Amino acid sequence: MSGFNKVVTSYEEALAGFTDNMTVMVGGFGLCGIPEGLIEQVNKLGSTGLTAISNNAGVDGFGLGKWLEKRQISTMIGSYVGENELFEKLLLSGEMEVILTPQGTLAEKIRAGGAGIPAFFTATGYGTQVADGKETREIDGRNYVLEPSLTADFALVKAWKADTMGNLIFRKTAMNFNPMMATAGKITVVEVEEIVEAGELDPNYIHTPGIYVQRVIKGSFEKRIEQRTIKPSTEKA
Amino acid sequence: MALTRDQIAMRVAQEIQDGYYVNLGIGIPTLVANYVPEDMDVMLQSENGLLGMGEFPTEETIDPDLINAGKQTVTAVTGAAYFSSAESFAMIRGGHVDLTVLGAFEVDQEGSIASWMIPGKLVKGMGGAMDLVAGAENIIVTMTHANKHGVSKILKKCTLPLTGANCIKRVITELAFMEIKDGAFHLLERAPGVSVEEIQALTEADLVIDGDIPEMQV
Repeated sequence: MSGFNKVVTSYEEALAGFTDNMTVMVGGFGLCGIPEGLIEQVNKLGSTGLTAISNNAGVDGFGLGKWLEKRQISTMIGSYVGENELFEKLLLSGEMEVILTPQGTLAEKIRAGGAGIPAFFTATGYGTQVADGKETREIDGRNYVLEPSLTADFALVKAWKADTMGNLIFRKTAMNFNPMMATAGKITVVEVEEIVEAGELDPNYIHTPGIYVQRVIKGSFEKRIEQRTIKPSTEKA
Repeated sequence: MALTRDQIAMRVAQEIQDGYYVNLGIGIPTLVANYVPEDMDVMLQSENGLLGMGEFPTEETIDPDLINAGKQTVTAVTGAAYFSSAESFAMIRGGHVDLTVLGAFEVDQEGSIASWMIPGKLVKGMGGAMDLVAGAENIIVTMTHANKHGVSKILKKCTLPLTGANCIKRVITELAFMEIKDGAFHLLERAPGVSVEEIQALTEADLVIDGDIPEMQV
């Protein structure tokens, strides 16, 4: 019975086996839907030489920005540098290898990785530097680029709710890259806002089935907002 | 008179039809949402995983779990849906989005677009732009016709790293509405009070001017 209990109670346990030079996926879009406590724990562990796969790299001083500060990442695979000054500096200086990947291609590489598909053809990036050195093929008159899929030693995922068996539900746009990453980690660790007993989540509404999940931990989240935009008060009803 | 940013958005909005799913990029494209005709229903797609993006929230309704692709806090309209990034780009790549509006640094007469990096100067990453230009059948690019030194951005061949090759068909600038076909820009409309000669002078690309060119209605 306890064979399906995925719940761990400490961050040490959550990241047991995490070492230098690993490949790690980290969920989130900007600072929305990031596993804050797991990111913090990797920062604490001080692991280096990491290949990090994440759409963004946090902001200066928060999220993956902390890994950048400690120079824990040697290769970053993502789609957007954004307003992260340190990221841009490390990229331009060549101190960190950065593989900029179109967002949809990144999402599909991870989805394919988790689904056992080694590569796929996509029109995205054909004729651009993204296609440099990659196999291309014309299919029905259109040109495509062969993109290899991605998997990771660890996937660090943020979900809204989990049950003890690791079934997950995400919330609003905090879902983003998290469901695919959950499928693509050899060890998938999920940090959630709430853990409930098995049976309490309606099986009709599970986003990620527990088969993909190895460990679940209840976290507490700051949920920092990057661009706080409010409707002008004159428009208030 | 050259169009203002809002007037460019107004002209783009005239291309929207009732029942369209629309993806709007950052900058002028975002303004298009303000000019969707009252009698039309449009669902805005935000590539971070939201179909049915609404207006900005109030202090009371703000939710850090609900943002748009520009990472701004937003709301969701009635009938909205949330989904993963893979699902989102399946919609985009699969050609399910009816209209995509995005900005550019340069566009050329082969329909290629450069919008994501200026070597040595600006590295922000391409985000979803490469997927959007590759996936959408119906794309409108909004941009300025020339830089502040009067150097054209409507080119025979893009000089900056490409976002996509041979994928752009329509461009709206502060001066002109143009269509790209058969390896040239075709002038469809001009901004009110702007002459064909003025447009020609700021266009480095081959520009086809066929008959009388009407003024935009904005």
